[in-house]
Amino acid sequence: MDLISLSPFDLSLAAGLVLLLAALSWRLHLGIERRILIAAARSTVQLVLLGLVLKVLFATTDPLLIGLLALVMLSVAGWEVMARQRRRFRGAWGYGIGALSMFLSSFSITVLALTVIIGVTPWYQPQYLIPLLGMLLGNTMNGIAVALDGLSRQAWEGRNRIEARLLLGATWSEAIADIRRDALRAGLIPITNAMTTAGLVSLPGMMTGQILAGSPPMEAAKYQLLIMFMIAGGTGLGSIAAISIGARRLFDGRHRLRLERLRVV
Amino acid sequence: MAALTLSQLQPRILAPVDLQINAGELIFISGPSGSGKSLLLRAIADLDPNQGEVLIDDRPRTSIPAPEWRRRVGLLPAESGWWADRVGDHFITAAAARAASSTDPADNADRDPAVSTALPHLLTRLGFERDVLDWDIQRLSTGERQRLALARLLLNDPEVLLLDEATANLDPTNREHAEQLIDDYRRQRRAAVLWASHDPDQRQRLAQAAGGRCFVIDSGQLIPELSL
Repeated sequence: MDLISLSPFDLSLAAGLVLLLAALSWRLHLGIERRILIAAARSTVQLVLLGLVLKVLFATTDPLLIGLLALVMLSVAGWEVMARQRRRFRGAWGYGIGALSMFLSSFSITVLALTVIIGVTPWYQPQYLIPLLGMLLGNTMNGIAVALDGLSRQAWEGRNRIEARLLLGATWSEAIADIRRDALRAGLIPITNAMTTAGLVSLPGMMTGQILAGSPPMEAAKYQLLIMFMIAGGTGLGSIAAISIGARRLFDGRHRLRLERLRVV
Repeated sequence: MAALTLSQLQPRILAPVDLQINAGELIFISGPSGSGKSLLLRAIADLDPNQGEVLIDDRPRTSIPAPEWRRRVGLLPAESGWWADRVGDHFITAAAARAASSTDPADNADRDPAVSTALPHLLTRLGFERDVLDWDIQRLSTGERQRLALARLLLNDPEVLLLDEATANLDPTNREHAEQLIDDYRRQRRAAVLWASHDPDQRQRLAQAAGGRCFVIDSGQLIPELSL
């Protein structure tokens, strides 16, 4: 079974659907036709570029180039996490907390999977590294963004509750404990739901891709399981890291709640 | 029993404040809303960043960990915060912290039962039945919250009381109960009390009875109140 190559004409037929959606948005006064078109144009440029870059990368397997691409992916993901916060930490923290926790979780888990589980040699072979890292970053990004947003929003709205506990002699950690727990739970719900319904409702993207490319369905299922478990682990570790750093940053050395370290956007 | 000394303490919008409150002394502060009464009390409790020093019995605040400081110098904010669904859940942490900090169980034995800070006693004196602990926080009126917040604070056995409009939302009967409880606590524990109140009648009545002093915040300065 060979992969049927898509011609530009095939793709423009599919793009017609997006144009139709934009036209509908304009007709129904939804006011998002511009954003739909820009997002579609962005994904076209980004994916074509990635295709070109990967083509070159696969040919060279230069660790430096691969590292550079991985770094670009990480920094964009960090940016995306920050952009999704309604109340961000001021200064470098706004970007740093998300990027650092994603770096810690996604990179360590990807390297673990490549060296121990799959056993690719060399472990940075881009055909494995880039797709796995991409899947992992894309999903941990969601979890971390949701968790951090929950933390900063609840701390902002719950100032009275937090300070009430501080005033009774609680440490900063005790005063924010329930909010921290809530935020973490919220960050882990999407991946838990995805694992619950995988294969029943939705055919996950990676498995779909492998099946279309002609892999035996059983192999595709195994890879999908691998990536799903990696995402679960990565989201968990990343959210815990982000929430721990973020919660600490909300207080100072004298256990004072410092909400002015957040800014509203 | 403890005396509280403010030394060049400077909350955000106030001039540096120097003030000595002796053990067992009652001091009122007043001033228009927004003048900085609450900010001063919050600064003493070390809840906002501030300049200057506060000493409890000549021991500087900086040498005491912040959680311990706030247990010893207890602030009752004008608007109390509640973090759990049930009233009783808010009394667990306070009691547990107290049990942990008091090493000697006989510590409580020599205390006058009239100002016992045992929870049932506090609740009775503030006009609650025992079943209030099972109540839903959402069910409470503003006044009930205020009284329960006072009970929650006294359960910690603070050495200094900082009260921010402690009785502002209470009906006359409950206000009298709360005033009486605070007064007993001050006299028998020899606690220093700093009380922000906008009620001139209350300031005059209680300050006269206790031989306390009254101050007013006027354009950022803490000055003695003359007009009483």
